[in-house]
Amino acid sequence: MNKKQKKMLARILVTAVLIVILGQLNVTGYARLALYLIPYLVVGYDILLKALKGIRNKQVFDENFLMAVATVGAIVLGEYTEGVAVMLFYQIGELFQSYAVGKSRKNISQLMDIRPDYANIEGEHGLEQVDPDEVEIGTVIVVQPGEKIPIDGVVEEGNATLNTSALTGESLPREVRVGDAVISGCINMTGVLKIRTTKAFGESTVSKILDLVENANSKKSQSERFISRFARYYTPAVCYGALALAVVPPVIQMLMGGTAQWGLWIYRALTFLVISCPCALVISIPLSFFAGIGGASRAGVLIKGSNYLETLAQTKYVVFDKTGTLTRGVFEVVGIHHSQMENERLLEYAALAESYSSHPISRSLKEACGKTIDRSRVTNVEEISGNGVTAKVDGVSVAVGNDKLMHKIGLTAISCHQVGTVVHVAVDGIYAGHILISDVAKPTSAQAIRELQKVGVKKTVMLTGDADRVAQQVARELGVDEVHSELLPADKVDKIEALLAKKGDKEKLAFVGDGINDAPVLSRADIGVAMGALGSDAAIEAADIVLMDDDPMKMVSAIRIARKCMRIVYENIYLAIGIKMVCLLLGAVGLANMWVAIFADVGVMVLAVLNAIRALLVKKL
Amino acid sequence: MKKTYKIDVDCANCANKMEEAAQKTHGVANATVNFMALKMIVEFEDGQEPKAVMQEVRKNCKKIEDDCEIFL
Repeated sequence: MNKKQKKMLARILVTAVLIVILGQLNVTGYARLALYLIPYLVVGYDILLKALKGIRNKQVFDENFLMAVATVGAIVLGEYTEGVAVMLFYQIGELFQSYAVGKSRKNISQLMDIRPDYANIEGEHGLEQVDPDEVEIGTVIVVQPGEKIPIDGVVEEGNATLNTSALTGESLPREVRVGDAVISGCINMTGVLKIRTTKAFGESTVSKILDLVENANSKKSQSERFISRFARYYTPAVCYGALALAVVPPVIQMLMGGTAQWGLWIYRALTFLVISCPCALVISIPLSFFAGIGGASRAGVLIKGSNYLETLAQTKYVVFDKTGTLTRGVFEVVGIHHSQMENERLLEYAALAESYSSHPISRSLKEACGKTIDRSRVTNVEEISGNGVTAKVDGVSVAVGNDKLMHKIGLTAISCHQVGTVVHVAVDGIYAGHILISDVAKPTSAQAIRELQKVGVKKTVMLTGDADRVAQQVARELGVDEVHSELLPADKVDKIEALLAKKGDKEKLAFVGDGINDAPVLSRADIGVAMGALGSDAAIEAADIVLMDDDPMKMVSAIRIARKCMRIVYENIYLAIGIKMVCLLLGAVGLANMWVAIFADVGVMVLAVLNAIRALLVKKL
Repeated sequence: MKKTYKIDVDCANCANKMEEAAQKTHGVANATVNFMALKMIVEFEDGQEPKAVMQEVRKNCKKIEDDCEIFL
């Protein structure tokens, strides 16, 4: 509790004690009024002052005014206890609200606090701690076990295991060695690392993320706009309603020849005023969004504004880019067929023959081979552009390439029944088999597509620049509903527009890409989601939602988090407006007294705030 | 030009009112108040001096809600 809150608490306690004491005394008349005015002023003087200032500044209809009129009215009617109690409970509610908001504000900022405080630089007297802002690009910084990497860079010395959970929400450790790029925000768990910085602190991943999260709420959702508009009309409307309730029925009763019962109707009108305070609504909606965004960022899903959270919850179409999003984007050896020798030997021959090439295919051959390649075993290398390579390995002639190459040297290649890039190998003039290389789907892709359908996504679409056969096979394997292949980047935008034109207004379309080369598509979709954005500034800037690691399942969590948050938002809207409306009606016909009114005001607000904080709990989604 | 200011205000409705007051101030192109982060993000019209404009914004905010502060 801060100073202001402590002072308020003291005022509330003093008032409560005074009311209990006054309840025991048997005083009547003006003395009684004077006595009750003491606790009333103790607990409510600031409200009265604010109401007066409001009137002076022509801002009549606010909560302070409602409370001032209701309580002064109650006291004038002789309902001293109720007048003081209403003010007391109103203040208790305000205190609770301010405490709860402050607490969750602190909690959430703590959760998101990944800001490194210092960087270690080797100085004359050992390690010196300096402000990361002052570290220039190209400086070598030292990160000890248990410390956060403050600035993006490349490992110069040492190896270690990094914990990326502050960024990705996953506690999957990552091994780094000399030459690896490391990003700020990760925690070094094991060895000492010397890192040469490649960026200034302000441009580093951790700063970018913090900036993004801190400015998230500047884009407001429709629900928030609705509530502020609602509050703008609602308070004056209720004030006039209360005035009408106080004046119209007595006048009618008088005209009908009965007694006016002014006291009764004014009491009802005052009850009406107490019920009507809009604070529950106005506080709980932004609080829900704030908690939702905070929880999401904890799970490795960065959402740039509450409007995107709202749109994400309505997502019915999810369009994926293929390479790098649903698949790994790296080519791997997935099979060796028709081999006339041991598979390892065939692979070794192929890797050796291709060892002088920098083509991605030669890299995947080398990786699959697993051994260090001794280039001295390779002679007479001849690259035949568009076909492959011929060479002598250990003196034996080897040809590695496509079927055209095989044809050229007078051999018939056995074609492959599977999709991918096929590398045929001939050894010593004899066809020796082929190696199949292809981009493999991420292990969680198929599950992610299934789960998306479970959370209510109507259609999943895959876009790719790849050949149709490859695209169709991946789509079948993953269970994607629709696939468009052989697309140029501009075609992807056209496809998105076609999909956007077909869908309904309330159904939103999300595009998920890796953030490289798809900025136009990201911005055209209702929501652009960049995935695996660790270290990619362009993606973080272009997207509305950033998934911190490259697991497609994160998209499912993101939608679940958004749904939960929106459910809470609607619960709060209906809860608050619903209970208030019922109580207003009951108050108008005299079935609800001042005590019910206090519940409708303070109780509903407490419930709504507690419910809003639930949006922070997203761990299990 | 866009600038972010730290603010202090107790209730969410007041934050909304501050936002409205800031938006109506001369020289302000757009303003958003983030109640949860206690921040006001002000976009100034071209050629306006932020310092002078913010004094006005502060004055207007004080008018509608006495119990608020903008840290300039």
